[in-house]
Amino acid sequence: MIEIIGMTKVYTTGKVNVEALRGIDLKIEKNDFISIMGPSGSGKSTLMNIIGCLDTPTQGEYHLEGMKVAELDPNRLADIRNQKIGFVFQNFNLLPYATAFENVEIPLIFKGDSFKKRKARTEELLEIVGLKDRMDHKPTELSGGEMQRVSIARALACNPSIILADEPTGNLDSVSGAEIIEIFVDLWNKGHTIAIITHDTKISSRTQRIIKLLDGMIVDGGGA
Amino acid sequence: MKGFLFFRLFLRDLKKQRKKITLTTLAIAWGTFSIVMLLAFGEGLKNQMSKANSGLGKGICIMWGGQTTIPYQGLGKGRRIRFTEEDVELLKSRIPEIENVGGEYNRWEIAMTYGKKTLTERVNGLYPCYEEMRSHYPEKGGRFINDLDLKYKRRVVFLGNELKERLMGNEKNVVGKTIIINSIPFTVIGVMREKLQMGAYGGMDEDKVSIPATTFKAIWGYTYFNNLVYQPKDPEKAEQVEKEVYKVLGAKHKFDPEDERALGIWDVINQAKEMNKVFLGISIFLGIIGGMTLLIAGVGVANIMFAAVKQRTREIGIKMALGGKRKDIMSQFILESLMIAFFGGGAGIVFTVIIVRILQAIPIQSEGLQFLGKPTISWDVMAVTIVILGLVGLLSGFFPSRKAAVVNPVESLRYE
Ligand SMILES: Nc1ncnc2c1ncn2[C@@H]1O[C@H](COP(=O)(O)OP(=O)(O)O)[C@@H](O)[C@H]1O
Ligand SMILES: [Mg+2]
Repeated sequence: MIEIIGMTKVYTTGKVNVEALRGIDLKIEKNDFISIMGPSGSGKSTLMNIIGCLDTPTQGEYHLEGMKVAELDPNRLADIRNQKIGFVFQNFNLLPYATAFENVEIPLIFKGDSFKKRKARTEELLEIVGLKDRMDHKPTELSGGEMQRVSIARALACNPSIILADEPTGNLDSVSGAEIIEIFVDLWNKGHTIAIITHDTKISSRTQRIIKLLDGMIVDGGGA
Repeated sequence: MKGFLFFRLFLRDLKKQRKKITLTTLAIAWGTFSIVMLLAFGEGLKNQMSKANSGLGKGICIMWGGQTTIPYQGLGKGRRIRFTEEDVELLKSRIPEIENVGGEYNRWEIAMTYGKKTLTERVNGLYPCYEEMRSHYPEKGGRFINDLDLKYKRRVVFLGNELKERLMGNEKNVVGKTIIINSIPFTVIGVMREKLQMGAYGGMDEDKVSIPATTFKAIWGYTYFNNLVYQPKDPEKAEQVEKEVYKVLGAKHKFDPEDERALGIWDVINQAKEMNKVFLGISIFLGIIGGMTLLIAGVGVANIMFAAVKQRTREIGIKMALGGKRKDIMSQFILESLMIAFFGGGAGIVFTVIIVRILQAIPIQSEGLQFLGKPTISWDVMAVTIVILGLVGLLSGFFPSRKAAVVNPVESLRYE
């Protein structure tokens, strides 16, 4: 469902060019469960942002479910992020002034669902991550593990084809981290496609495939 | 829920930038207040002026005889031109564009007595058409001179309201009372309703005494009118009618129709038109001043929104990652600035309405203030103000929101 051929990404900051990705070839099939590992600065987040259609590559091809992403207009890309991609971030990226319910609801608002539909779906999602009784709490009233579960619920809102998680346990203690891992494994078992960036071998050991990145290149695990 | 979330965002913003938002909301309120208030005063002044103008007469021209300055058909210059009843009939029959014509006789320093009080005042001999043409409307219970008064040369008198006060004090129901004019007893038939009059010839109407023209003529033996007043059917055609008048009267009195000094014509209609132009100018000027104030307030709102965009880059990035489109990102800022504009504008309008109500409730005593009139809020002005507010809100949200729309989500999500 995802195919990347010869992808490069160069960041230009002032006079310095940073080659974040230097020729990536990658295939991810439906219901794959992969982890991406590599030292800090090796280009993991950059790769994930491009896969998630938040960023565009400098060169190379990216096919998502048969679509050439480079040819899509901004509104179409927004729709893809809304309905085909679910992001989970290391620092959660929840809206601080909104409740758990409202945070999970946001993608559904962008999708254009009716209030009734949104309410039902949001409650269902919070149920899945075990936070139904916390839906009126704001992020500051939740623990790190709970915040990450809210953001997983939010990522799942529009039932995306692929979930992209960038160091989802990076800010969590080991107990909460373990809980989060179980949620991902569970989702994989239910048929979701998942890519997790991590430094944690406890996570990578649970995945089907480990992709190792170094200096913007895949050194291990690229082929399907 | 989307609206609710938006409102929560707005409130959060309000808390964070309380001072700034309060100030700009006040600025918008002040701008709105100054527009609506200034224009309300303009409107009040205009209404009062046009009322005062129609105090002299509605759509009339006042005419008097002059002296010829151009020799004509063998007659030298310097001849006096004066009018009689014949001229009135002539104008009536020859110029169909004239709705109404009437002449008046005037005589000054006539002694009049009521009880022990004696005054020396001016007396007019008038025709019934003056009631409408020259706004000589009677107070309740009275009437103006009518055709029968004229026919029977009745000794009846219609009093200016100010003169009535001076002669008869604050006595009520004076209709039917007798006053002595020039040693002849006259019956009071009416007192003029109080009116605002701007522009006069030979004194204000409120100070005059009017009797039937025929009675006047019988007493003092006048042949010539002091003035004629005529009313064109179509006020727009006043100038054409004036030319006709010169032609018709020129033919009769043998003066050159081009000889402008042979007659004097005071075009009250044109004067009112000119005045309306002046007031339109004043309104535009006041509107521009108010509009500028609003514009400056709008810059303040835009500033707040620019700051908000900067503060919320992370939030904007999150929304983009979750599938927010340009319009979703932009609409938030535009709606917020619209809300500030309408909160402020609403406050300004409410404040203006209250002030105007209060001013309208205070009775005006002094003469000068009477001409200033009472501020009046016109719906046109209100509509225009609301449109301007909408524009200010829209624009002051639009430019900052364009900045929000080009936020790079990757950048904004990268750091804590
Ligand atoms: N927006 C950016 N502008 C400039 N350089 C960037 C930007 N994003 C990432 N980089 C650089 O690209 C390289 C890869 O970054 P990143 O993908 O975040 O690595 P990782 O997630 O593996 O730590 C790093 O050298 C980083 O400094
Ligand atoms: Mg990273």
